[in-house]
Amino acid sequence: MPDHKIGVFLCTGCGIGDSLEGEKFSRIVTGRYKIPLFHSHPCLCSEEGIQHIRGELEEKGLQGLVVAACSPRAHADLFDFGPSIPVERVNLREQGVWTHPPQDEDTQMLAEDNLRMGIVRAQKTQPPAPYLPEGVERSLLVVGGGIAGMTAAREAARAGYEVLLVEREASLGGQMARLHRQFPKHPPYRDPEEPGIEALIQKIQGDPQIRVYTSSEIEKISGSPGMFEVTLKCVASAIGMPPRPPEVEERRSEGAGERGSGGKEVVLPISPAPLPPSTPAQFRVGAIVLATGWRPYDATRLEPLGFGRYPNVVTSLQMEEMAFQGNVARPSEGKKVRSVAFVQCAGSRDANHLPYCSAACCMTSLKQAIYLRERDPETKVYLFYQDMRTPGPYENFYQRVQEDPGIFFAQGDVLDIREDGEKNLLVEVDHALFGERIQVKVDLVVLATGMVPTTLDDSAFGNGPQPSGPVSGTGEDASSRSTSHKGESSGSPSPAENPRPKILHLDYRQGPELPILGYGFPDSNYLCFPYETQRTGIYAAGCVRQPMDSAASMEDGMGAALKAIQCIELTARGEAAHPRAGDRSYPELFMHRCTQCKRCTEECPFGMYNEDGKYNPLPNPTRCRRCGICMGSCPERIISFKDYSVDMIGSMIKAIEVPEEEEEKPRILALVCENDAYPALDMAGIRRLRYTPFVRFIPLRCLGSLNLVWIADALAKGIDGVLLLGCKHGEDSQCHFIKGSELAEYRLGKVQETLQRLVLGPERIRFVQVSIADYPQLPGIIDEFAEKINAIGPNPYKGL
Amino acid sequence: MRILVVGGGISGITAAVEVAEVGHEVTLIEKNPYLGGMVARMNRYFPKLCPPSCGLEINFKRIQRNKRIRVYTLAEVERISGRAGDLEQIRKPSQNPPLAEKIEDKGGFPDRPLDVTIRLNPRHVNEKCTACGQCAEACSLEIPNELNYGMDKIKAAYLPHEMAFPMRYVLDPRILGTDDAHRCAQACAYQAIDLSMQPKRLEIQVDSIVWATGWQPYDATRLDNLGFGRYPNVITNVMMERLAAPNGPTGGRIARPSDGKAALSVAFVQCAGSRDTNHLPYCSAVCCLASLKQTTYLREQNPDSRVRIFYIDVRAPGRLEEFYAKVKNDEKVKLTKGKVARITEDPATRDPVVEAEDIVSGERVRVRVDLAVLATGMAPTPLKSQMPMEVRCDENGFIASDLSETGIYPVGCVRRPSDVASSVREATAAALKAIQSGARK
Repeated sequence: MPDHKIGVFLCTGCGIGDSLEGEKFSRIVTGRYKIPLFHSHPCLCSEEGIQHIRGELEEKGLQGLVVAACSPRAHADLFDFGPSIPVERVNLREQGVWTHPPQDEDTQMLAEDNLRMGIVRAQKTQPPAPYLPEGVERSLLVVGGGIAGMTAAREAARAGYEVLLVEREASLGGQMARLHRQFPKHPPYRDPEEPGIEALIQKIQGDPQIRVYTSSEIEKISGSPGMFEVTLKCVASAIGMPPRPPEVEERRSEGAGERGSGGKEVVLPISPAPLPPSTPAQFRVGAIVLATGWRPYDATRLEPLGFGRYPNVVTSLQMEEMAFQGNVARPSEGKKVRSVAFVQCAGSRDANHLPYCSAACCMTSLKQAIYLRERDPETKVYLFYQDMRTPGPYENFYQRVQEDPGIFFAQGDVLDIREDGEKNLLVEVDHALFGERIQVKVDLVVLATGMVPTTLDDSAFGNGPQPSGPVSGTGEDASSRSTSHKGESSGSPSPAENPRPKILHLDYRQGPELPILGYGFPDSNYLCFPYETQRTGIYAAGCVRQPMDSAASMEDGMGAALKAIQCIELTARGEAAHPRAGDRSYPELFMHRCTQCKRCTEECPFGMYNEDGKYNPLPNPTRCRRCGICMGSCPERIISFKDYSVDMIGSMIKAIEVPEEEEEKPRILALVCENDAYPALDMAGIRRLRYTPFVRFIPLRCLGSLNLVWIADALAKGIDGVLLLGCKHGEDSQCHFIKGSELAEYRLGKVQETLQRLVLGPERIRFVQVSIADYPQLPGIIDEFAEKINAIGPNPYKGL
Repeated sequence: MRILVVGGGISGITAAVEVAEVGHEVTLIEKNPYLGGMVARMNRYFPKLCPPSCGLEINFKRIQRNKRIRVYTLAEVERISGRAGDLEQIRKPSQNPPLAEKIEDKGGFPDRPLDVTIRLNPRHVNEKCTACGQCAEACSLEIPNELNYGMDKIKAAYLPHEMAFPMRYVLDPRILGTDDAHRCAQACAYQAIDLSMQPKRLEIQVDSIVWATGWQPYDATRLDNLGFGRYPNVITNVMMERLAAPNGPTGGRIARPSDGKAALSVAFVQCAGSRDTNHLPYCSAVCCLASLKQTTYLREQNPDSRVRIFYIDVRAPGRLEEFYAKVKNDEKVKLTKGKVARITEDPATRDPVVEAEDIVSGERVRVRVDLAVLATGMAPTPLKSQMPMEVRCDENGFIASDLSETGIYPVGCVRRPSDVASSVREATAAALKAIQSGARK
């Protein structure tokens, strides 16, 4: 690009000028690359330095800059001259003079190569012109009208965004509407509180910014952030839990007085919601919150605990229902309940059922114990548990319940539940404290069953392969618990055989639903970024994302709503969403050369591409996260960004000067992840660690953008070894582009065969998984590879 | 919309970048000379055992790339005024209003912005600093390294750590008036050292405030029976994070403070000062998982290491159960249900001796270990002195208001003890509340 006018600025501060020969740089810039503008400055990051650059920019009408100084991670804000001026930073400090000896031939050669690579890249970099779709829609779709979904809708509306709220059941409220009381949320955290869900429902129904569709579900969602097309359809009969019968209304109003809220009339959660559309209705939304919640684990699978066999064994949900209706009685004959046993972790923390903890069941049972004791102080309550999990201020509530002498806590495994002739239940417990078996006789048993996300059918749990090893109760005996519930789920389908429930019906080539993590939760894989979704613009919230209580669900609804709003605003500005937030580049395809190989459409972790009938990729740029994985996948090299392309990196590789074999100066190319490995190399520099000066680093947006042609370019050039530094993948993957690092290693597997054919040992190429915290080890990793390359000998294609 | 975020830990950073990426103006202030708060001092996160610096790097990039965020370190709020009605509201004690009332609009948001006075404490290093490190080279005065809880020393002219943001040196005030101070100033080629720097005041107007000043470890010296402060080989869980960190006092080698010997047998004392009415009556929600995580550090460093964990309940909610199960299945790890009664020391070897009752067997247990780790809880930062107005706190000093308040939103560990994932969730939620001010009522 001869017309592309760039200037090169060299900083001689921080030891650069003392260690390197600036005169040689000048020859490279003005001689080899014929760039007239080369200036050096003692401190480019100073006010005068920045002013100097700015002055030259304006005076000479530069279109791009090369700043040869410190790492691009330093002073990124200072060396930013607006979106129309691409700035290429050449790292001469952290990865140059701070890691290599001063006034040394090899240090100089390294710095010169870094400069060459920077110049070549700058010459090919265009300022990205953002993708600005017309008419970005600013409204949100919230799927699920429980506490998380309603909070998301309400709070998004309060921030000025319109919301389409879709609920499959006939009324809003979800699980919260079925609660008698909720957990204490306010100091001193000692008393269960009114759920208060009715007021929220009223607010939502009175909000002109929120359109509510109950008894409705998604028929189809197509499009992409800023322009999703949503088709709703009517549900003939709400599936799942039946809507509350009308007579509840009367009972609730009657019972309101005794329920301690000063006789205040309670508004029913049943609402005159807008009629569901009789024909499919179409809507356009900008982003989506998935808040479809949970359903209780199927207690009939807990047959050794007597559920389904004995009428007086109920689940916590049934207990809540009884309390809600003001009628706690034995299901067998309606007799008053005078003694109750709560069985915690019923089907939870159990490899045969739900291996995880549902986080709220301990509090639920404590709350229900209080209901029973308040109704009738004569009621005897037993609570059998593994570990009481009442984090944070909930400990206050646990303490308060413990103070009640009528509630007996016992840590231990429930071994068996039987029924006597009068339909009483005999609960046998291996009591941890007494070290012996105890048996109690009670009127009613409550099984504290866990939560299953609505994104999974709970028949998926059972004896099939699970993400975790066996889980049992506490104590030294790890086997007792699983035997206590044994054999109940044999013959259940494994998750693979079990089709996932369809909720979103996304028209995405990569599948109709949000990808799920362990146990069926469509959660983020990153704990510092809980909304780092695999489908841009679609955010899971509440118990569908992970088990949580209602307070957390409300926060989660707001968090997801914020991310949805943010995605819309970023889309409207033509910018990428997290983690490359603000990036205005996007992939462009030169379709004339496309061979319909489908690699890009298959490998994009975010489902950016759809396909037409002839396997042509159909990009949806607003779904794109700009990782470049598609660019790496393309064998025809037709996918490029304005500031990142196969040609650009290939040209950088070709710009490396490879000395003749006799000079005994091997060259190693290291392609490194810019999120983890590159900062780790900088930190090695800040620590002044030393490693071989024969290595040349090129940062990649993600190792997944690795195109194999680069390896070929490097070897053809005579480079002796190629090192790839990518993120940890597999279990506990740390790659922020889901599987980029894994894909790079997979692609590398293919190149190894080619190497063997070329009689180049496969050991010339190495992939190492490193994290950002591995900087103390990095010099060792690099040097060890360099020694290995030395031992193998020079690349036979050198100098050809 | 203009938003002020007070506190540059993971909650505050998150709130700031989330608001700014929507498109609003944010000022983020932090009292330390660097961002990152407590997570910058953590070695790894549970359950993935990934380094916190990975998420911080991404967040720092988001800050650098976004011109809508202004960051001030060494900064504190001095005064907030301008919206009397709201401040009044926060002062008013409330009798556990039910959710229904909390969600009620409290008459909408006033149009008036909040006037905030921020105090900028002197760093004695200005923005000309290039982080070249010449000042530290020239400095001979050493001070205890607070980042490492005083377990080692650093120069009084220092870079807080390798990933410090901003990447700029700091002069500790103790260096002022010494010859060292002048040597540092002379060594700097960029005139970045300003020994006469005075505190400054900054007046800004904002529409809402996110308050995220976080937590501090409970003072373990108050746990008389556990010997912290008397016995060198009794440490706290936060110190353990530093011992295991590659940039910690031992370069990541978990060694006994008394003699530098590798810690091969280690006891973890759960609920050290937590769930205890004499100390912190509440549960800090993260200590169980922190100890399980630290167990993996030890087991990874040395296959012969043995770990004993004394606990009341192991609290690993949700999918974290999987991590607990994994650690528990390690045969070199033993979990004992029982509260530790006391820790003594063998004066000859300086080995801590841990005494507890095993609740399951009913026996008294006495184990001698190389190192004892107290899983101390989270205490809220002292809000009375920090918050320039009256706040409603619960009996433990956590802010007892939630996101349904208007104008000033407390998030993260100032509200209740929580882990990183929960703090980030809450901070993202607070970002939504913060941008509502001034929007439609």
